[in-house]
Amino acid sequence: MEFFQDLVTTLNFILQGLWVTIGVTIVALVVGLVFGVVTAMLRVYGNAFFQRIATVYSVIVRAVPVIVIIFILYFVIARFVNLSPFWAGSLALGFASGAYQTEIFRGAFQSVPSGQMVAARAIGMSRWQAIQSIIFPQAVRLALPGWGNEATLVLKDSTLVFVVGVPEILRRAQQVSARTLEPFVAYAAALLLYLALTLLTTQLLQWLERRYRLQM
Amino acid sequence: MTTAPILRIEDVYKSFGETRVLNGFSLTIQPQEVVVLVGPSGSGKSTLLRCINLLHPPTSGRIWLEEQEITAPGVNQDKVRQRIGMVFQEFNLFTHLTALGNVMIGLTKVRKMHKQEAHDLAMFELERVGLVERAHHYPAQLSGGQKQRVAIARALGMDPHIMLFDEPTSALDPELTGEVLEVMQQLAKEGMTMIVVSHEMGFARQVASRVVFMEGGIVVEEGPPAQMFEQPVHERTRAFLRKITDLDEGGQ
Repeated sequence: MEFFQDLVTTLNFILQGLWVTIGVTIVALVVGLVFGVVTAMLRVYGNAFFQRIATVYSVIVRAVPVIVIIFILYFVIARFVNLSPFWAGSLALGFASGAYQTEIFRGAFQSVPSGQMVAARAIGMSRWQAIQSIIFPQAVRLALPGWGNEATLVLKDSTLVFVVGVPEILRRAQQVSARTLEPFVAYAAALLLYLALTLLTTQLLQWLERRYRLQM
Repeated sequence: MTTAPILRIEDVYKSFGETRVLNGFSLTIQPQEVVVLVGPSGSGKSTLLRCINLLHPPTSGRIWLEEQEITAPGVNQDKVRQRIGMVFQEFNLFTHLTALGNVMIGLTKVRKMHKQEAHDLAMFELERVGLVERAHHYPAQLSGGQKQRVAIARALGMDPHIMLFDEPTSALDPELTGEVLEVMQQLAKEGMTMIVVSHEMGFARQVASRVVFMEGGIVVEEGPPAQMFEQPVHERTRAFLRKITDLDEGGQ
């Protein structure tokens, strides 16, 4: 019984980190979404110059460990602009996720059949109008399964921001472990929270996928 | 009775890389004419249609739509395409939108209509093709013939001055072609100017004002359907039309 009481107390303490984890994940996903969609559009529809820039971004960022990007943002860039650990960590994660989301959306844009663009142009839409109101809504639906996968990866990668002192789940678990000298309880609590979060996210995304499935 | 032509195609060439598809094609079309374009595959029929609505601008040559030379530099191509309706062999309906949404999106995004106004006009166009009761169905829930009729309604919604049909019934089961041809026949009766790439010879006989036989990217011969079918001048025309007419009758 004592184990469970410990677990509950620990959970209560770590729970405050839950919101931080959720916050970091959401900021990172949204930033990554913006980077990902814009870069994917540039790669698929942009001119040679923009295609070049977009490719360089996604190749370089994917080649560098996320933690290095976090360090660069926190220890280098945060010197010039005022960035809290939370924002430095979340933005770095978002920047990294953007490179992966680029690949997801690039594939999605490319799998919209070419006849859709032709038909949109044929009723007098400009290229940009066609991308906006015909291609993009279909690409988003096609991207959902891959995006859901990326969302759970970002959720788990959000632990990395603990290296710059953001008090998220893992950081708090570490504090508990250091104070109580019971690492098992502390990390078991963290594990349960992550498990719950991931399962919840997967459920939500599966629901979205079903709701917005494209009938071909 | 010389009316101003609605479309004038003058000496149009079109190449894709090394391959030359159109070889100095010329044709003039009067308002309310229904021109059925026939020819062996690879003769440049589809390319011609895509040149006319500038989806593939000609390599050289000039095209006038009503008073305007649409191949002139600086022409707003999006505006030109609004006046030219196009119907595709593969329908190309927007998969994420209902039948109604497919017709409405051009009205709201291109013609900048208000939602209610667009809705009403879209319903009117669906009515014209006999699909009001399918308005809220997605393309995947429609038969091929229904899809093509929605595609026609979508094109009509833009209030085109001329309609191009690129093998509108080739992707359909034989028993579904009838409903599409009927809608096209109705349009012709209402006075729509149409260029139809099709091998539906029954349709050509009944509805066409002219049949144009093209091969190798140029017009080989043209004339009223009766003349083209009964006494074509060129041996090549005779051979081709006999072949597809046989096929057509064999299939019925």
